[in-house]
Amino acid sequence: MLLLLFEQFLNGLQIGLLLFLLAAGLTLVFGIMDLVNLAHGSLYMMGAYFAAVFTQWTGNFFLGALLALPAGALLGIIVEVVALRTLYTRDHLDQVLATFGLILFFNEFARVVFGAGGMAIELPSWLEGQVEIMPGLPYPSFRFLIIVVGLGCAGFLYLLVQKTRLGMLIRAGASNREMVGALGIDIKLLFTLVFGLGSALAALAGLMSGPITTVQIGMGDNILILALVVIVIGGIGSIRGAFIAAVAIGVIDTMGRAFLPNMLGSFLNPSDAGTLAQALSSMLIYILMAAVLVLRPAGLFPAPGR
Amino acid sequence: MTRSSFKTTLAILAATLAALPLAAAPAAAQAAKKIRIGFVTTLSGPNAAYGQDMKNAFELALDHMGRKMGGIPVEVVYEDDEQKPEVGKQKTEKLLQRDKVDFVAGYIWSNVLLASYKPAIENKTFLISANAGPSQLAGDQCSPYFFAASWQNDQNHMAVGELLNQKGAKKLYMVAPNYAAGQDATNGVKALFKGQVVGQDMTKWPDQLDFSAEISKIRAARPDAVYVFFPSRWGVQFYTQYNQAGLKKDIPLYSAFTVDAVTLKLQKDLALETYLTMTWGTDLPYAANQKFVGDFRKKHKDNPTFYGAQSYDAANLIASAVTATRGNLKDKDAVRKALEAAKFDSVRGPFKFGNNHFPIQNVYQQEVYKTADGEYDLRTVSTVLTAHQDPHAAKCKM
Repeated sequence: MLLLLFEQFLNGLQIGLLLFLLAAGLTLVFGIMDLVNLAHGSLYMMGAYFAAVFTQWTGNFFLGALLALPAGALLGIIVEVVALRTLYTRDHLDQVLATFGLILFFNEFARVVFGAGGMAIELPSWLEGQVEIMPGLPYPSFRFLIIVVGLGCAGFLYLLVQKTRLGMLIRAGASNREMVGALGIDIKLLFTLVFGLGSALAALAGLMSGPITTVQIGMGDNILILALVVIVIGGIGSIRGAFIAAVAIGVIDTMGRAFLPNMLGSFLNPSDAGTLAQALSSMLIYILMAAVLVLRPAGLFPAPGR
Repeated sequence: MTRSSFKTTLAILAATLAALPLAAAPAAAQAAKKIRIGFVTTLSGPNAAYGQDMKNAFELALDHMGRKMGGIPVEVVYEDDEQKPEVGKQKTEKLLQRDKVDFVAGYIWSNVLLASYKPAIENKTFLISANAGPSQLAGDQCSPYFFAASWQNDQNHMAVGELLNQKGAKKLYMVAPNYAAGQDATNGVKALFKGQVVGQDMTKWPDQLDFSAEISKIRAARPDAVYVFFPSRWGVQFYTQYNQAGLKKDIPLYSAFTVDAVTLKLQKDLALETYLTMTWGTDLPYAANQKFVGDFRKKHKDNPTFYGAQSYDAANLIASAVTATRGNLKDKDAVRKALEAAKFDSVRGPFKFGNNHFPIQNVYQQEVYKTADGEYDLRTVSTVLTAHQDPHAAKCKM
């Protein structure tokens, strides 16, 4: 039982870290550029498609991933320069409308270019297997890799934001955009860089989830809603907040799915228990969000000065 | 436009409108000049491949009949339900009211069909399902205006239950999505399976794509067989994750509707040595089937899916009724009698309707094999259920 509990915790952690990769980019863009980018999920999807295509082309998942990351960043930069630049001064509703349009565009684009059937990303055989984390607990190698990469990325982002000049500008931008501009920083370039970084993170999340859930049109649409919940809970513009909120949501959701049906199943039929368990575990996420909004309206770790 | 000329125009318009029904009335008693069919399926989003397959098969059936039914030209209006019940209902209403179709057909998803069938049957328009076969419509909500050219959901799953008995499985773990068809699925297996169900998870539909929590529970429960129902992309995802967890080699995997010609392109080796059931296969030796499969492959350079096969049958079923009534579709009772007779060559061979307008048919075990040129295909292994009727038929009073 304890072993199963630990395994389910790992499952939750893994889903949470994937969510973190997506939410980190979203919260940076929202916090620093004050841009609501619903098309972030499309960048996630395109990252996965890039990885699938490049993996097929090179015959190696790691080479494919290595190529997909800059491709994702480049696509993000193109989207920023071509479509989003004109939206910074507009209000959020205009941004929502325009980026929703981008979602439709990218979904249709993927259908035309990559076909409607979706794509699978082939993993090297050693990643298709399992690692024995503890005696009696084999864990899928690839899910374990997601945990490692997710934690690594969190560490990298922490160092980047806290210890580098670019990070200083990012933090400053999240607190007071106008002042950063007034101090002579090229805010346009900073925005493009941040958007590129966010897109690369989205692409990374997409290509890491691709081998598990396969690459499909619209794969970013549902997960984007959770990512938005993450940044609301974590505090807009805060990487640390995104990390804690994403892991919390991943663990709550998984634990709910894992244990609630059995508890409820003792007095309900499986289908009703399933319905109720899903409702409860997704409700828990939104209850958490509501509680955070009541107690700390700016989120758990809001950027200072906002 | 001056006021008086506007009035004149109005008057002419009114006169024309008034004359219309008079002109149309005599034609009504005779045969229709054109057969109009509305076809609702999923043509956008991740499952567009299935809608397209159904459309291709339906079009092929029309080509085979020279695009005429009983000598009357056919027109088909295809509509996209976006896999959403509310959109499916809206498109069905549009077909009935605006396009005034004579038949509505299609429907992949049970929840979409359950949302859409009422407007059709209240309008006394025959609805022919080419895929979804929810238990509700087979039992107490059965209708004189509803026919399933496919199956009743439970049938394929009951065959899994029987297959599990044949293979000697004692402890079973089941995972299926929590919607109408998923509930029919698990109930179907339980109806015939004689062993013990040690665990059952109903996942969130259609949002849930990651099954790590369920797979961990399967490992902990140590069953000697696992059964899943995950159509289309969800099937690819479950098969992938089941293999990544290392369970494929330890616990045999049984499924229905989870492996088809589209998913197989992604599942490949993962689908080898798993146990599948289906009411149709490309290799069934009937002449109608060989013609359908052969011409489909020639035209589309690809295997049809069972969704396509059932759509082909649906077109031929409609044609048989139009021919039998000589195109007099106003006589609803005659059309119903003709549909009930099911006088057409099904690609599934023996095919007849039960009292609830659901097929009585064979269900086969299928398996995946690697073809000589390195592709993957499905083949029929054995007949699991013969001339099988769904268990809900008795509840249908009609």
